[in-house]
Amino acid sequence: MTSPPTFLGMPPFPEAARSAVSNPQLRHNLRKATHTIRDKRAHVVGELSDWAELRAAGAAIKDRTLRRLDEYLLAAEAAVAAAGGTVHWAADAAEANRIVADLVRATGETEVVKVKSMVTQEIGLNEALAAEGIRAYETDLAELIVQLGDDLPSHILVPAIHRNRAEIREIFVREMAEWGVPAPPGLSDEPAALAEAARRHLRERFLSAKVAVSGANFLVAETGTLVVVESEGNGRMCLTLPETLISVVGIEKVVPTWADLEVFLQLLPRSSTGERMNPYTSMWTGVTPGDGPRDFHLVLLDNGRTDVLADTTGRQALRCIRCSACLNVCPVYERTGGHAYGSVYPGPIGAILVPQLRGVATGKVDPQTASLPYASSLCGACYEVCPVAIDIPEVLVHLREQVVEGGGHRAERAAMRAAEWVFDDAKRLRTVQRVAARSRRLLPRRAPGPGAAWSDSRALPEVPAQSFRDWWVRERGAPPARPPAAPAQPPVEKNRIEEDDR
Amino acid sequence: MRVGLFITCVNDTLYPRTGRAVVRLLERLGCTVDFPTAQTCCGQMHWNTGYGKRIEPMVAGFADTFAGYDAVVTPSGSCGAMIRDNHPRAAARAADPGLSARVAAVVPKVYDLTEFIVDVLGVTDVGAYFPHRVVYHPTCHSRRLLGLGDRPTALLREVRGLELVDLPGEEECCGFGGTFAVKNPDVSTAMGADKVRHAAGTGAEVLCAADNSCLMHIGGLMDRQRTGMRVVHLAEILASTAG
Repeated sequence: MTSPPTFLGMPPFPEAARSAVSNPQLRHNLRKATHTIRDKRAHVVGELSDWAELRAAGAAIKDRTLRRLDEYLLAAEAAVAAAGGTVHWAADAAEANRIVADLVRATGETEVVKVKSMVTQEIGLNEALAAEGIRAYETDLAELIVQLGDDLPSHILVPAIHRNRAEIREIFVREMAEWGVPAPPGLSDEPAALAEAARRHLRERFLSAKVAVSGANFLVAETGTLVVVESEGNGRMCLTLPETLISVVGIEKVVPTWADLEVFLQLLPRSSTGERMNPYTSMWTGVTPGDGPRDFHLVLLDNGRTDVLADTTGRQALRCIRCSACLNVCPVYERTGGHAYGSVYPGPIGAILVPQLRGVATGKVDPQTASLPYASSLCGACYEVCPVAIDIPEVLVHLREQVVEGGGHRAERAAMRAAEWVFDDAKRLRTVQRVAARSRRLLPRRAPGPGAAWSDSRALPEVPAQSFRDWWVRERGAPPARPPAAPAQPPVEKNRIEEDDR
Repeated sequence: MRVGLFITCVNDTLYPRTGRAVVRLLERLGCTVDFPTAQTCCGQMHWNTGYGKRIEPMVAGFADTFAGYDAVVTPSGSCGAMIRDNHPRAAARAADPGLSARVAAVVPKVYDLTEFIVDVLGVTDVGAYFPHRVVYHPTCHSRRLLGLGDRPTALLREVRGLELVDLPGEEECCGFGGTFAVKNPDVSTAMGADKVRHAAGTGAEVLCAADNSCLMHIGGLMDRQRTGMRVVHLAEILASTAG
């Protein structure tokens, strides 16, 4: 087995996007999948008359919690300990990975089963465990496909969204035997047959595992209860069968009370899978003799989150409940898929969360990270769909300012300065327009420099002979313009829109 | 009512026909129209690219230029949204402590052209004649930030001779996005190509929108792809008459 791939060394977004955009199979897979989930979501959200109120409540609860996060985390720690669990605090990925590896080693085991978890992907836990001689088995179907395919996840909810069923069949046939129960002979690419092959493969895993690693969707502070919502039931198998359970959870996952949880259990499944309720909701509180794991550990992870918390505009990214609705509706994500974002958090939420976690405000991030806030046309579809009302376009622009302040791009900075000089004075603007109009026949049809990116695929507009400003001044009098005393005479009407008068 | 036109720097420089159409249309509807020549740019390009701290002179210039009008009308959804949503934000952190109040005084008077016609003038039939099959593309900022809703299509439905056909995937961005089109040309082009494909599939001759920036991108693609379709600003359709 080769070492698993990582997002490290990914090129900046525009470059990574170029190959994705030119891959017709990928485009087809993404379009089909995102539009299916998008339509399902719109349908079930439309069923609720109080969706706007739920959305506002979700945002308000998250904001209130984030403002007093320290208090709620300490309350959660006390509750988990009182219920027989052990809480560990991890400042960064390395510390979290070391804690988990030490806990697994203490059990004497060299294998763990995993519930699908974004946060363990974020910290590269599987790779860190492999370096310690511990093999981590993903049990979520899509994560399994990614793991067997020696691939990277490309979606928050459906990590293998970029694969179609023919590709999945091929991966199963090729790889399953290496990891455990092999694919049955003559496996077809029918969804039911693929699911059955995965079920047989995973069943052996669940029944033999002594240690499980999970994330959590929520941590209820008042009782120390963790919550995982899922569709397949593999998570519940992992959470109940092993002897030791280790849950790695980002500090922003805390909700104060069960009454708060009620709001999110309505917002999440409808936004995420387009279901009224998710098929499995598992909750666990410490340990209970004779029922479930005998040993429970909670690793609370910071990994840049307190830095995000300190930015009052960027902080709203921590409201995210990882539903992935913003990915499914994003026209940019639809054309590039998740790998182009170079992170386990792709799409609009990734474009605002990842630069912050990696410290974009310090001005010392790599070009790939600095390219992420620009991976959006600011169309606003993500904000419209977000169940906790994260104003993603606002944060994108805010992060672009941080990129610019960190140095930005020299040619762009010069161009912006020149534009400011023109726009700060109407007389200068008129002069520039006149120069452009006078030399318009000399302007090339294909633009040089960075503008070539435009004219390679799109015709440039022609510069007209006369700006509006010049027309107005000639027709309606010299500046400074004053409002006419009486309504002006309407100009002579033409019997259709003006012909091209350039 | 003194109507000040904010024609926008893009329209002023590249699409003067749109501005002339707006003047013709509003005067036909009985308005007294003025174009204060001190206007320049709303600062959107700077703001959206991360240079928002540099636009204070543009924000102040806009607020002061249009302070004396009863209404400020603009034929650009994205510039209208920039003023409404972001001028107050820019003013709040400006060095000039009085700027917020000046911006707050002018912002409520800023209307998109279609808002002004439908909401203020109370008109949907503007007496236009345009005998063509047309699709309307509700640009993202017109639709989501300004919330123009069905005002543009209500106006188009009253145009004599015009056959309005639905645009599949109309809610999807065309891929312009200001400097996004230059910074991410491949994705931008892919988005625009899908928009053009959807539009061409309707058999329409004309794609119209309330923002020339998006039309520049869509029209530039149509031109290269030789679709035979053309783009026309909504104002130019509404201003056209049978004579």
